[in-house]
Amino acid sequence: MADLAPVRRGPARADWHSVVLAALAWGAAAVVVGALGWIVVDLLGAGARRLSWQFLTTAPQRSGRSGGIAPMLVSTALILATCLAVAVPLAIAAAAVLAVPVSSGAGRARRLRIGLDLLAGVPSIIFGLFGAELFCRVLGLGFSILSGGLTLACMALPIMVRVLAAGLAAAAGEHGAGAAALGLSRTTTLLRLLLPAAAPAFAAALALGVGRALAETAALIFTSGYVDRMPGSLLDSGRALSVHIYDLAMNVPGGDASAHATALVLMALVLAVDGLSAWLLLRRRPWPAGA
Amino acid sequence: MATPDSTSVGIPAAGLATPSAVGVASGSGLSPSRACPAITVSGLGLAYSGRAVLRAVDLAIAPGAITALIGPSGCGKTSFLSCLNRLVDLVPGARVIGTVRVGGDDVRAADSDLTALRRRVGMIFQKPNPFPLSILRNLLLPLAEHGVPRGERAGRAEEALRAVGLWAEVCDRLDAPATGLSGGQQQRLCIARALVLRPEAVLFDEPCSALDPLSSAVVEALIVSLRDRYTVVVVTHNLAQARRIADRVAVFWQVDGCGALVEEGATAAVFGAPRHVLTAAYVRGERG
Repeated sequence: MADLAPVRRGPARADWHSVVLAALAWGAAAVVVGALGWIVVDLLGAGARRLSWQFLTTAPQRSGRSGGIAPMLVSTALILATCLAVAVPLAIAAAAVLAVPVSSGAGRARRLRIGLDLLAGVPSIIFGLFGAELFCRVLGLGFSILSGGLTLACMALPIMVRVLAAGLAAAAGEHGAGAAALGLSRTTTLLRLLLPAAAPAFAAALALGVGRALAETAALIFTSGYVDRMPGSLLDSGRALSVHIYDLAMNVPGGDASAHATALVLMALVLAVDGLSAWLLLRRRPWPAGA
Repeated sequence: MATPDSTSVGIPAAGLATPSAVGVASGSGLSPSRACPAITVSGLGLAYSGRAVLRAVDLAIAPGAITALIGPSGCGKTSFLSCLNRLVDLVPGARVIGTVRVGGDDVRAADSDLTALRRRVGMIFQKPNPFPLSILRNLLLPLAEHGVPRGERAGRAEEALRAVGLWAEVCDRLDAPATGLSGGQQQRLCIARALVLRPEAVLFDEPCSALDPLSSAVVEALIVSLRDRYTVVVVTHNLAQARRIADRVAVFWQVDGCGALVEEGATAAVFGAPRHVLTAAYVRGERG
């Protein structure tokens, strides 16, 4: 009997370990979801009563204490559109260089990867100063939605490129040799095979880029400005939702309810854009995800 | 200035198999033909980032026959295969020396048309790798890329699917995702995808090793059906399969850390009366 004891203890110890590990994993997940839930409950409690159709469709009054956020919604949409219009094509091109390198381009890809990693770690306030100098002053775009969108494009690019490149590299590993063996050109391989196969990565890159752009405050204060009126063109100054929240919370006594309501709108927008990008890119995918 | 000899890319010049020992084309019925070309390899060496993986390989691959490349893992069979259609070009740091002629054309010549080579020499991989497209699009994409007129593409696709015995199984769901097919069907689709370009030679890199026995038997029969119409080269670890399907067999071995060709000949001769001691041990199951 004595020699059976270790055999009996083995599985028991393994069970105990798995219970602890499962508890830790579920605990970590609960903390993450709980934090999100806390934020949502807090925002709903303090801002829900300010939410109305009128809030979304009218201009702010009394520095935002009353009235709505219509100009900020429009400014945010224009800044985001500018950012994505510039960042998406550049991200695809850069990711292609990283993921499908020609033999002579290995060094170039490595330098690009290092540069992107450095850029991803740069604080947003630095991007703000860079954008203010390059786009506002040197290129003469002034405090404008265009300057803000271009600055955000610079900020969103590193993470978008890295995520998209990872998806393209996985697709290239699976289909690159097969495509080359059939004599398919690099362009056909990239456009017809790798990009469609990397659609989930593209959706993730888009969601991260949009999230980064919508959430950004510091870089926009220096570039797209602070003016809370409805923008007339891309060369007008415009106040983004995040900047509006910052202003209401920091500079406007009695602006807390509006700040919370605006934050609710911003969160809803992020979720809506993420969901839409995933749906648009994946709904026509004729094969199982990950196949 | 160093001449472009074997030592300049770190490949040992010594070779176990001399042209006379392996029967390089010497007018013995291996005359190149456009329809079904001979593939002639001479002095082929390959190094990855300075590490030699193949040295001094001389081999004449008979036109219209099935040639099996056998040998233990890591002896350079797949690397050799990828030199025939220059897929080795995709490997960063790969250096090739020597000559590969497909139907008399030097595929490594500076003015060689790589796209045309890939159309003439199809390749099937170990793991079925259909594109993440519909069954039909898998066949139409290469046709479009190679400029086949739009009106001919559907007919060519059907012809290729019939050639691999897949037409009856998929004709009512050509728009279904190719990745939804079984492993054996996927591999046959990949063979159809290569045949749709009407190649002259087809290279198989362990085409049955990822398949179940039944699917494997179907694919093996399909390979046999290509005899006389295509020059076929098959890398296989399955000696019984090589004996069943191949007209000729080439035995590769790793010698001093580098792949080399040790024996080549008619299948019956290599298995029945091997000339090289390593081949004899390998086919008896004592080595490798």
